Amino acid sequence: MSAFNAIGEEREIDRDEFTPGVEPQPTWCPGCGDFGVLKSLKQALPEVGKTPEEVLTVTGIGCSGKLNSYLDTYGFHTIHGRSLPVARAAKLANTDLEVIAAGGDGDGYGIGGNHFVHTARENHDMTYIVFNNEIFGLTKGQTSPTSPKGHKSKTQPSGSAKTPIRPLSQSLTSGASYIARTAAVNPNQAKEIIAEAIEHDGFAHVDFLTQCPTWNKDARQYVPYIDVQESDDYDFDVTDRQEAAEMMHETEDVLNEGTVLTGRYYVDEDRPSYQEEKAAVGELPEEPLAERYFDDDAEWERSYDLLERHT
Amino acid sequence: MSILHESSLVIYSKVFRLCGANSEYGWPLATDPPMSSDELIWRIAGGSGDGIDSTSQNFAKALMRSGLDVFTHRHYPSRIRGGHTYVEIRAADHEVQSRGDGYNFLLSLGDSFARNPQEEAYYGNEEIKPLSENLDDLREGGIIVYDEGLIGEDDIEAIDLEARAEENNWHVFPMDLRGLAREHGREVMRNTAGVGVTAALLDMDLEHIEDLMADAMGGDVLESNLEILHEAYETTREEYEFEHDLRVPEGTHDTEQALLSGSNAIAYGAIDAGCRFISGYPMTPWTDVFTILSQNFPDMGGISEQVEDEIAAAALAVGASHAGVKAMSGSSGGGFALMSEPLGLAEMTETPVVLIEAMRAGPSTGMPTKPEQADLEHVLYTSQGDSQRVVFAPGNIEEAYEQTRLAFDIAWDYQIPAIIIYDQKLSGENTNVDVEFFDREVSPDLGSTLTEDELREAAHDNSGKFKRFNYEDAENGVASRSIPGQKGGRYLATGNEHSPVGHISEDPDNRVAQMDRRLEKLESIREELDEERESTQTYFGDETAEYGIITWGSSQGAVEEAIERLNANGHSVKGLSVSDMMPFPENEVTEFLESVDEALVVEMNATAQFRGLLQKELGRFGEKLTSLLKYNGNPFEPAEIVEGYEVNLADEDREPTAQVRIEPAAGD
Repeated sequence: MSAFNAIGEEREIDRDEFTPGVEPQPTWCPGCGDFGVLKSLKQALPEVGKTPEEVLTVTGIGCSGKLNSYLDTYGFHTIHGRSLPVARAAKLANTDLEVIAAGGDGDGYGIGGNHFVHTARENHDMTYIVFNNEIFGLTKGQTSPTSPKGHKSKTQPSGSAKTPIRPLSQSLTSGASYIARTAAVNPNQAKEIIAEAIEHDGFAHVDFLTQCPTWNKDARQYVPYIDVQESDDYDFDVTDRQEAAEMMHETEDVLNEGTVLTGRYYVDEDRPSYQEEKAAVGELPEEPLAERYFDDDAEWERSYDLLERHT
Repeated sequence: MSILHESSLVIYSKVFRLCGANSEYGWPLATDPPMSSDELIWRIAGGSGDGIDSTSQNFAKALMRSGLDVFTHRHYPSRIRGGHTYVEIRAADHEVQSRGDGYNFLLSLGDSFARNPQEEAYYGNEEIKPLSENLDDLREGGIIVYDEGLIGEDDIEAIDLEARAEENNWHVFPMDLRGLAREHGREVMRNTAGVGVTAALLDMDLEHIEDLMADAMGGDVLESNLEILHEAYETTREEYEFEHDLRVPEGTHDTEQALLSGSNAIAYGAIDAGCRFISGYPMTPWTDVFTILSQNFPDMGGISEQVEDEIAAAALAVGASHAGVKAMSGSSGGGFALMSEPLGLAEMTETPVVLIEAMRAGPSTGMPTKPEQADLEHVLYTSQGDSQRVVFAPGNIEEAYEQTRLAFDIAWDYQIPAIIIYDQKLSGENTNVDVEFFDREVSPDLGSTLTEDELREAAHDNSGKFKRFNYEDAENGVASRSIPGQKGGRYLATGNEHSPVGHISEDPDNRVAQMDRRLEKLESIREELDEERESTQTYFGDETAEYGIITWGSSQGAVEEAIERLNANGHSVKGLSVSDMMPFPENEVTEFLESVDEALVVEMNATAQFRGLLQKELGRFGEKLTSLLKYNGNPFEPAEIVEGYEVNLADEDREPTAQVRIEPAAGD
């Protein structure tokens, strides 16, 4: 018998269940793109059959880090840039949990960049949503790793001399097996992509364009947006790494020219998740490890049985 | 073929007996180590990558199996191939707590990866180092066996071995170990030849050595090694009439013994505490524990993760613990520095976790393979805000096991990070322990964690959120926790200050209530350690003494031995070795310091960090506390502590001859 009965529970799920009963109103600025992420999660989770208590939402620091204050699941609001290592360990400890990590572009592509690369490389079975507003919001508008070249801010008074990071391309090279970009202004697509990302077995990375009306006023509201799957101007195979790479590169290039391309960019359903890979080499227990601690009949190996090699 | 070079007999015959003091540093005879033949301290020296470590482990085990107590000390460079390295094995028919002073048998194998000598090279002449670097510590009357297959006559002359041997009454045996190994097998087997010569010179039975070889190898390799072992043994016995007194001591054990290192003990303590998750990044000397658990966990249904950096390593341990498993991570100084933030997160979110910190000489990369106790303040205070953690510093192998288990118990009962601070010395030293010591039950209990049934009875807010951080119902500062996936347990964990359900809160009343509750846990832990558990502090010496020596962590053994020696020489000294670094054992240490007029604080660092901690925690005794500090990369030998005591007591302008520093008491 499981010690975690919220997991896999079959029942009707009301989308309001994900709205906190106390203080449901986020503290984000009016018009903030972060509302779009929250809304799409609240829609997608019931749709894929998840209940609040079988989901662990792990966030970093920044406006985006407050996501789990307003999404009623188990939440872990961690430290700047470190949502991924916390999240992937929780998934390893209890492989039945639904784990969603989230944070901003500074959090995920800057200070946490190393974790992003390695979590994608290992293809941990989880969803990672990056609130990409091309700015540091909560610290009041400094240039971020995705800010366009020439972007002026208090910390880059002459305009940034740095070319922005290419989040989609980096994700692909690192090894993510589901990569998409959506935008807060495109709620239907956002919901669908989040749902697909949650259901994907492996590391699903969603670069979520979230406009910042307060600190990035000169930036676009990410409209008009183009869905690369729906537009006739674009034709590529999301399962083809080469074609995906080219499409990503173009998408990253044109964003700063005002063309907002969104959609699915890469989907690899064949790559085994890290959990599967680790189990295959015999280094991940079949049953979720966390269950064992609640099982009174579990047998525990003792160091005493290892002593022969020392005698 | 004889492995004896003809000149060996010449050198040997020239040896003449000199009486008098021979001390590493030349201090008075009274403090010299006992010259009894009841102990063997065998030093095997060579280059890194020459198999010194594995040879020594087997030899130590053979000595243990013959009924002796053993203690090993490993000295090695931060280098894979080549560079001066040695392992010392001290063996006696009585308990041995430290490496001892100096040593009495050198097996010098030469460095097969030595760099070519060059004028003024920083690394000196590496070809001769396996011999030359070891001579200062060799006791009077000691034995030298060196491989003349690797160490040439010119080199021997250059270091003036003959004259030094005469002066110190050393017995020198040049042997062509390399030649013998080549003849019967492969060159790498010259270690075996050296062991054979050692056994012959010490009158030591080959039985245990042969058994251990048979355990470790088979087929042709075993055959060649046995052949080399016997050839070396027989030839040595046939060719020599020994004049030296040193023989292998004889002893017996009443119970079966196991040879373990501090790293083994920490890893085994973790296994028996029910830990089944470890995340880490390689760094000397912490890597040992990480490796041992990584090799054992898969067979135990556990999980080991080698990750991108130490920030991730500690964050993974926090994440795994949050999701319901007993998890640990660890590192050495520099890697532990990266763990500061996840450590603080564990404090704020009250996530139980055990971290271990294997100190090495700092700052920065420092001396990666050398011991030091200079990360104490780092471990106690790193990470922003008021520290809310538990820190234990075990003093020997048994304590390393016990205190690791204790760290897990406390971490999960009180939902607090617990840290084991140890060092390169304790990490790598092997000593024998009763096998029965480990015959214990595993304690996988998650402490103050609720089941779903218990959660139904627990307090929730109006919207059904579990009051995870409920200061109103907390006991000893502990509010029970739930685990993600449990029905009725959802809450938010956050590194921000938070309300009872975990929501971010900057309300002053809530802040004070939460901070006070978290700090109350430390008081409760201290109370439990004082009242419900056996003290983790270690006492030795003369209870009525008015002079004390106080130390912490791995310096314990050398201090214990120094105190025994002082008391045997008519002094009256008592000792205290402290393991609880945080929360500090105020009562015990106060009682000890009140009972003495003066105390010497012995630690391996340059800034007297532990003395500082004593004064900070106790707020007094400054005028009683003199420090004896060592930070040259080598652990204390008992004689150095004896000398430090005498110099301090003499109250005159005398400097210690050892490479240590005496830091006078406040006001002195």
